[in-house]
Amino acid sequence: MSIRERLSGNEAVATAMKQINPDVVAAFPITPSTEIPQYFSTFVSNGSVDTEFVAVESEHSAMSACIGAEAAGARAMTATSANGLSLMWEMIYIASSLRLPIVMSLVNRAVSGPLNINNDHSDAMGVRDAGWIMLFSENNQEAYDNTIMAHRIAENKDVLLPLMVCQDGFITSHSIENIELIEDEKVKSFIGEYKPEHYLLNDKEPIAVGPLDVQAYLFEHKYQQAQAMVNAKKVIIDVANEFEKMTGRKYSFFEEYRLDDAEFAIVCMNSTAGTAKFVVDKLRTQGVKAGLLKVRVFRPFPAEEIAKALSSLKAVAVLDKSDSLNAAGGALFEDVTSAMFTNNVHVNTVNYIYGIGGRDTTCYDLESVFNDLQEIAKTNSLGNPYRYLGVRRNG
Amino acid sequence: MVNMKKVIAETPSRFTAGHRMCAGCGAPVVARMVLRALKPEDHAVISCATGCMEVSTFIYPYTSWTDSFIHSAFESAAATLSGAEAAYNSLKKQGKLPNDKTTKFISFGGDGGTYDIGLQSLSGAMERRHNMLYVCYDNGAYMNTGTQRSSATPKFADTTTSPAGRVIPGKMQVRKDLTKIMVGHHLPYVAQTAAVNTCSDLYEKSQKAIYTDGPTFLNVLSPCPRGWGYPTDELMNINKLAVETCYWPLYEVIDGKYIVNYKPKNKLPIEEFLRPQKRFQHMFKPGNEWMIKEFQDEVDKRWEELLKLENL
Repeated sequence: MSIRERLSGNEAVATAMKQINPDVVAAFPITPSTEIPQYFSTFVSNGSVDTEFVAVESEHSAMSACIGAEAAGARAMTATSANGLSLMWEMIYIASSLRLPIVMSLVNRAVSGPLNINNDHSDAMGVRDAGWIMLFSENNQEAYDNTIMAHRIAENKDVLLPLMVCQDGFITSHSIENIELIEDEKVKSFIGEYKPEHYLLNDKEPIAVGPLDVQAYLFEHKYQQAQAMVNAKKVIIDVANEFEKMTGRKYSFFEEYRLDDAEFAIVCMNSTAGTAKFVVDKLRTQGVKAGLLKVRVFRPFPAEEIAKALSSLKAVAVLDKSDSLNAAGGALFEDVTSAMFTNNVHVNTVNYIYGIGGRDTTCYDLESVFNDLQEIAKTNSLGNPYRYLGVRRNG
Repeated sequence: MVNMKKVIAETPSRFTAGHRMCAGCGAPVVARMVLRALKPEDHAVISCATGCMEVSTFIYPYTSWTDSFIHSAFESAAATLSGAEAAYNSLKKQGKLPNDKTTKFISFGGDGGTYDIGLQSLSGAMERRHNMLYVCYDNGAYMNTGTQRSSATPKFADTTTSPAGRVIPGKMQVRKDLTKIMVGHHLPYVAQTAAVNTCSDLYEKSQKAIYTDGPTFLNVLSPCPRGWGYPTDELMNINKLAVETCYWPLYEVIDGKYIVNYKPKNKLPIEEFLRPQKRFQHMFKPGNEWMIKEFQDEVDKRWEELLKLENL
């Protein structure tokens, strides 16, 4: 029997990590992910995990230590947010290029500056091309479930890429909600033993990791890395199917909420999907055919699948909780619209930058988006697709 | 005293030929000799900071390292190795590694990767008491990128970012004393050494550092023919002059206790060390005698300080 609990998002991830029992955790505190290493070091202190906890002096060293540990043949995990991830940035790329299936919990927060500790997705968007698998989570349950599935995806021999599980800082990380936990033994057998093929601590087969890779080779190595990301798509679905058999909870690249017959849809990630579902339900009672596409797997980007899912709509709004500051639109918007274009899907699509620095996004805000979409469909006029939701334009 | 002829005859080099370090470079001598101090039956995991040593010894698909080796980035050799060491402890504790096998952990970094960009990572790893040795091969500038000044560069040295010009005569700041910074971490073993004479000092200190339990640190002088400007066959002589002038004293600090390993009977004037190097050439122009005097005063001050520390 699964275990019913009430946990915050951070507690949920820490609980998943306890059940995973990684060999090494290296982490540095940063709001709002600090609680994860805090809870985890309690598990270490109390002897409830076999993990070596490395209390590093910075996030750069956290990722470096994870790289060293994972290359040595261990399962290594970390947690961070915002500027912590920024400081790791150099090592983020190195981790994926060395094909090390490190798993990180990223509790999303606005990247400085100015300094802000609240939620948006600017931290995650800054590493979207770094070669990490990126899973987004609507709530504590999904943060937990994604973490349990993480190693199975990352460590698959056709993948061997690091993976980050994202959840919204404070909104999810610090809100206590009901959750269904999986029994320890089931988690253990689902994840299995980590048996890397080559590792530093194998004295029978010494290896060298991290060469100078000159122009005769780097391109091929990057191509292999890119192929691993392509391969990850199938593995993510296979693991989700197995997970569903164990828990009854279904996961895919994205969740389609009342999208089947919808005319107007919002595309978003993480906790805003919860608000969007409420708004969709409300509008449905008023006869508006509203729907939602909640992206779970942002990297690899399920371009073809998203384009297909949006193909019969009248208008779409892609919500970006991070501004790309490029005079064109947010990262999710660009990925979604380019997926639509290349898959020959022509639906009027607009972009809203929203929730920056923890700005609250209410159901009224999302209703206004659906109103805009209906107007776009009625007039068949897009206007400026690069829009803002909830910003004061005069300061 | 150890018989180095015997050591070299009997222990095969774990750092092999075929690498692309320059002729006359001190660093491969350091790597080879440090690794000779490993017991033949022990495995080693070696990390290396980005720098000359890394880019010349592990060019895909070739490597000079017969032990396991990892390079991640410039500033993270110590942190990376600390993760590998943590993995070892964890897997060993869980019975996932053979009981009868010992793995030792050794990092190599130049002065750029150690005194400067990697200082935080090194300090963190040492403070966390990882059972590892960190070896700095100190060539006194960023040599891999073409001799830019570092905090290990001695005062007045001509480098490409502290060029000896008409107004400013080279680097205007004195060298950071990293060995003492490491002593400040209260490590069980810290030593300063160089490849002098038969390399016995370097070899013996490597042995002690590798087989002392806990974090240990070696600062090894590593002359650079390109950056310092000496003929390639002068390497061992430059090492010797650095020690005989007390520019680079040989000493060790065991659990906080200073031991000066070599006190020259006839301490040579600093000109002997400076003159053969192009980077100090401008100091010998008429009118620049004050620079040599100042350099000598700094060397003397540090040497006297060290002798006092030994007597504490």
